[in-house]
Amino acid sequence: MKQNKHDRILLAHGGGGKLSDELIRKYILPRFKNPALEKLPDAATLNLDSNTLAFTTDSYVVKPLFFNGGDIGKLAVCGTINDLAVAGAKPVALSLSLIIEEGLEFSVLERILDSIARAADDNDVAIVTGDTKTVEAGAAEKIFINTAGIGTRIEGVTLGFDKIAPGDKIILSGTIGDHGMTVISQRKDIRFQTQLKSDCAALASLTGELLDKTAGVKFMRDPTRGGLAATLNEISKQTRLTVQISEADIPVNPTVRAAADMLGFDVLNIANEGKFVAVVSPDCADDCLNICRNHPLGKQAALIGQITETTDLPLVEMATKIGGKRIVQMPYGRELPRIC
Amino acid sequence: MCLAIPARIVELEGDRAVVDTMGNQFKAKTTLLPHTKLGDIVLVHAGFAIQVIEEEEAKKTWQLIAEIDEFSDTQNRVSG
Amino acid sequence: MLERIYKAQQLMDAACKTLGRQINIMEVCGTHTVAIFRNGIRTTLPKAIKLLSGPGCPVCVTDQGYIDIVLDLAQRDDCIIATYGDMIRVPGSNGSLETKRSAADVRVMLSSTDALQLAKDNPDKTVVFVAVGFETTAPATAVVIKEAAEEKRENFCILSGHKLVVPAMRALLAEKNDKIDAFLCPGHVSVIIGYGAFNEIVNDFSRPCVVAGFEPMQIIEGLAEICRQLSQGKAELKSIYTAAVTEEGNTTAQQLIAECFEPADGCWRGLGRIKKSTLKLKDKFSRFDALKRFNITETPVEDTTGCRCGEVLCGLIDPPQCALFGSACVPETPVGPCMVSSEGACAAWFKYGRKKQR
Repeated sequence: MKQNKHDRILLAHGGGGKLSDELIRKYILPRFKNPALEKLPDAATLNLDSNTLAFTTDSYVVKPLFFNGGDIGKLAVCGTINDLAVAGAKPVALSLSLIIEEGLEFSVLERILDSIARAADDNDVAIVTGDTKTVEAGAAEKIFINTAGIGTRIEGVTLGFDKIAPGDKIILSGTIGDHGMTVISQRKDIRFQTQLKSDCAALASLTGELLDKTAGVKFMRDPTRGGLAATLNEISKQTRLTVQISEADIPVNPTVRAAADMLGFDVLNIANEGKFVAVVSPDCADDCLNICRNHPLGKQAALIGQITETTDLPLVEMATKIGGKRIVQMPYGRELPRIC
Repeated sequence: MCLAIPARIVELEGDRAVVDTMGNQFKAKTTLLPHTKLGDIVLVHAGFAIQVIEEEEAKKTWQLIAEIDEFSDTQNRVSG
Repeated sequence: MLERIYKAQQLMDAACKTLGRQINIMEVCGTHTVAIFRNGIRTTLPKAIKLLSGPGCPVCVTDQGYIDIVLDLAQRDDCIIATYGDMIRVPGSNGSLETKRSAADVRVMLSSTDALQLAKDNPDKTVVFVAVGFETTAPATAVVIKEAAEEKRENFCILSGHKLVVPAMRALLAEKNDKIDAFLCPGHVSVIIGYGAFNEIVNDFSRPCVVAGFEPMQIIEGLAEICRQLSQGKAELKSIYTAAVTEEGNTTAQQLIAECFEPADGCWRGLGRIKKSTLKLKDKFSRFDALKRFNITETPVEDTTGCRCGEVLCGLIDPPQCALFGSACVPETPVGPCMVSSEGACAAWFKYGRKKQR
């Protein structure tokens, strides 16, 4: 009988003693082999080839933990990489802290850790530091993950709202709503079967190529929670300029549109985890579009609109498919299924 | 939501159905349409099928949603 | 698609020129309100056409008294509140189901059958189903009431907020706003009650009534048909939602409603008391009526917040004419239900049309 083999996490695994040590040495260290982490120092020391760093952090509480096209582990790594990538940085190193609920099966933890390791390796970033805590049953819905990420600035690239000017074009790297609708389909109060798949993916390879091969990228953002509507409203609010988009040009997977209509949701408000919005100078818009479309993560990229002067209120205005006009509002924050 | 999207009944047992719309499958009750059968296309509201729709009419709406000219039947065939 | 829309717009332009005055067309369906705003349909219409969002969204027409009862029941720890998503953010006298959620058991349902299932799964709790909606949704409640009776599901009850469209249209024309020239009638209510049900509005008030679906083209062609009739001095009943609506409607659904409910006078936000305009559970099923179960007397609560949703619902004012609109009353901090419901006239106007279009 394996003496100390537990099949579930115990509170003691977060106690900093023998069980914590076993958890780290048997389950975590082997998967994230790298010099900075190996000796388990209290802080990783990294020598980076640029003294301007990009630094980000995010927490992941997605339910369910595993969904079509991804899981909480892949989401944590890709999400952090994407925040660095759209800031114009080359992702280098991540931290990983786990808050695990007493009773979580080790098999589930291992599946998540494998997924984290795979996503980190695929995108050659290292998990250089981390922490594990346990909480009593019922306090954490199985597992919460927090990550932080460091990236080095790409030479000659400075992105920001202040770079955006009237006339700039807006490029969307692909279809919207895929991730959000996939996760919504598993929500307790909604629950439907769907062929949909989360678009969860790390974007650094595509954004890196864009920044490398063109000079006109002004700003980028990954439209996660709040969807495209939230990101475009942030742009309009920060720049005091008007964002004009055309509904006919926004790529939407028909399955996402049908599910959204079934529940009364507006696809513009639904989350994405593998897309970005780029505001680019007009002269390099076509090049950017071609670069995206020739990349696996940007095959359905589209030019969806432009930035214009504001006449009275800085807003996001959309030309609808039937030739009408409407305002795209900052979403409230939680879509609820409606009957009417 | 008051559905504009027709959904095809892909499973039916008594008045408990599963309907498919563009690859999403929802539970629906057919109590209000006692004569529906497997493969019928219906409008669903608050989990209840409220009307049967002709195949041609349904295809027009699916075409609009899928933004394609010809809606091939395979995309919404009875999988059951 | 665009050429059919263009043709409809031509017809509307011609009709407006012939009539030479503003045309007030009211739609009485929350889904129409959303589709009109989401597609920016108002910006494609001739200036002379004024499109009014009437009492068609189940949330907007619910009076504050009903909401306060739901919030009181939510406080009871022996109750689970089962509701469609529409009601979650509607403000009562203090707070809403959303703000009470942490201290109460509130579940969002996709269908009435989920609410009944909740009662099966929680035998030691009483499930109160917030049964709002018009004739499209009432049959779904009737089905579960009959099932609950057959299964003797005593821990299930409903708070009926079901309302009938035609009595509201009559009250509007007779007492509130006779400047309404015509009605764009709701798509799915008509699937249930049949377009024939609007005959009395055409005959008694000689107003055109046109039933349309929810696709933008359906709505625009419905409006064009109304303009054609008005410009020719006609008032006819017509359904262009031929794919789904028949004259007599879904008789199975109608029988189910008649079996479980009976029309009763009721209170509508903004319209006040309207005779035979709501649905009350018949005595045969009174044990499933939350009002009887918890012996509550429904007392309409006068809305004191200065909110003019009622006048908006009657088409008497546009949302921007309400002093609270866009200041105290915004989607994040809604005062009245028309701002809460994402297809309430005020929310839709704030979201999709805040800037003066014309």
